[in-house]
Amino acid sequence: MNVYTPILVLGILAFGFALFSVTLAGFTGPKRYNRAKLAAYECGIEPTPQPVGGGRFAIKYYLTAMLFIVFDIEIVFLYPWAVAFDQLALFGLIEMVLFIIAVLVVYAYVWRRRGLEWD
Amino acid sequence: MSAPAFGMHLADVVPFNLPSIDYRLIAPILILMGAGLLSVLVEAFIPRRGRRPVQLIVVFVALLAAFAMVLAAAGSRAVTAEGSIAIDGPGLLLQGTLLLVALLAAMLMAERMVDPSGDAFAPRASTLPGSEDERQFTQRGYLQTEIWPLFCFSVSGMLLFVVSNDLLIMFVALEIMSLPLYLLAGMARRRRLLSQEAAMKYFLLGALSSAFFLYGSALLYGFSGSIDLPVIADQITAKPSQSWLLMIGAAFVLIGLLFKVGAVPFHQWVPDVYQGSPTPVTGFMAATVKIAAFGALLRVLYVALGGLQWDWAPMLWIIAILTMVVGSVIAITQTDIKRMLAYSSIAQAGFILVGVVAATREGLASALFYLIAYAFTTIGAFAVIAMARDSSGEATHLSRWAGLGRKSPIVATAFTIFMLALAGIPLTSGFIAKFSVFTAAIAAGDTWLVIVAVLASLVAAFFYLRVVVLMFFAEPGPETATVAVPSVFTTVALAAGATVTVVLGVVPQPVLEMVANADVFIR
Repeated sequence: MNVYTPILVLGILAFGFALFSVTLAGFTGPKRYNRAKLAAYECGIEPTPQPVGGGRFAIKYYLTAMLFIVFDIEIVFLYPWAVAFDQLALFGLIEMVLFIIAVLVVYAYVWRRRGLEWD
Repeated sequence: MSAPAFGMHLADVVPFNLPSIDYRLIAPILILMGAGLLSVLVEAFIPRRGRRPVQLIVVFVALLAAFAMVLAAAGSRAVTAEGSIAIDGPGLLLQGTLLLVALLAAMLMAERMVDPSGDAFAPRASTLPGSEDERQFTQRGYLQTEIWPLFCFSVSGMLLFVVSNDLLIMFVALEIMSLPLYLLAGMARRRRLLSQEAAMKYFLLGALSSAFFLYGSALLYGFSGSIDLPVIADQITAKPSQSWLLMIGAAFVLIGLLFKVGAVPFHQWVPDVYQGSPTPVTGFMAATVKIAAFGALLRVLYVALGGLQWDWAPMLWIIAILTMVVGSVIAITQTDIKRMLAYSSIAQAGFILVGVVAATREGLASALFYLIAYAFTTIGAFAVIAMARDSSGEATHLSRWAGLGRKSPIVATAFTIFMLALAGIPLTSGFIAKFSVFTAAIAAGDTWLVIVAVLASLVAAFFYLRVVVLMFFAEPGPETATVAVPSVFTTVALAAGATVTVVLGVVPQPVLEMVANADVFIR
């Protein structure tokens, strides 16, 4: 437990400081309201341009994001295998090839269904 | 102990042992997964016109091959894949049943004679309902063939679900089983908005139940230091003191599984999803998900949580009573036949829970028999629902079924058999199933539970028989639905469902012996 005491103390201090400054600002700061204060980010620009009436995003982004996840997951598995592939021996190689084949099937499907073309 | 130095090889820290996997025993799962991949490739490379026949060949060959492998493995008792998969009596029995029922379901899904514009699935699920695109795709006679890879993956997940021996594999199997089903639920050709609503509800509530299951697994891991079901069981006996980690973990895992089973109070998704999904898919999931989820529930309860029986039995008592009563009573008020069967499936889950609560070998055997009987009856019933139609699609309102018996006596007779079986009338499989479940429960001392169950089945008999009376004792009017003439697919599925229902009721002995020989989970 002793090793955690400094972390705990730091946490309490940080929380106390945050609470103190926020409360203090409420008492001492000027109160002038305007519309910008209701925006999601009071500083900087809007994160994305928002069309009138909410607007829509093209479904293509969704497909791209999903493809990214598929190949990202592939890397997640490939990396530890690459680190220890000599220990995993032939068994590891076969398993990895099977896994890559499964991802390749997905890739072939997306490619044939023109999921990789933007227009 | 010093930390490993940089450049030190991983093998010096963790020696790697090759896992021993008995590929023969897990072949059914691998075959279905391979078939799923193959059928994705078919989607990618075969021209549109050729896809359907090739897909059907892939699916049916895979199902039959997997069933042959299950038969070849009959009698095997082994824990393989480093303890994560347990091939045993109940596991193999449920796998075999799953494959046969999936075969019948595949036939229903392949049917394209009853609907004049094609099969039960939207030609392009991505088109907006009622849009010009949708009309064009329908006119050109496009068929959705992507249902087949989804179907294969779902079945492979079910096969894995009933034999998984650790919580992580069980969760993965749960997801492989469920994710394709969420998609299939949203693909109906008719009443597409209802179907998409069903898919959305199924997905959201399914994700919630998966989260429960996963959180429970994490807590059980925290308690026992392992995800293996047998190790968890050992830890429960080794640490006799009460632990909140264990209690909450076990409860959450059970909640996740009871969601899938459709037990009250986790049943809210059932009616909407059953009603909205394309009828062949409803039949498929009503029969197979029930089998798979009960298989996993039984394994978790009997293998991992056997030492906690005195804690979970009272809880399951209450859930079983609630499930039977709520399912039976609400089904009476339904006017839509698919919703009625949905509530009926909730009530049936309650009856199966009566066998589960018994926690004896007889209880397990009777629950297995009940699952087999229920699955074949259900798939047959939904085959009939898919055939009773009018010009705008299926006629699911009960009033449309009035006089159907005069119009199409054979189909109405088949439906009567299914209704009698679900009600538990003698000479059908449902009677033997209910009888064996109740006997097992009384032998285990749950007399009061059985009394409630008998009362609930009396209530349930009312709405099952009401449909029969409606079909045969009313004059057919202009509103009466027409029974479409199906192709050989639905005919075979319907005949098989009716045959099994009657045979299991008249000569149940072989199957009763089979379940009696398969009443122990391997550890």
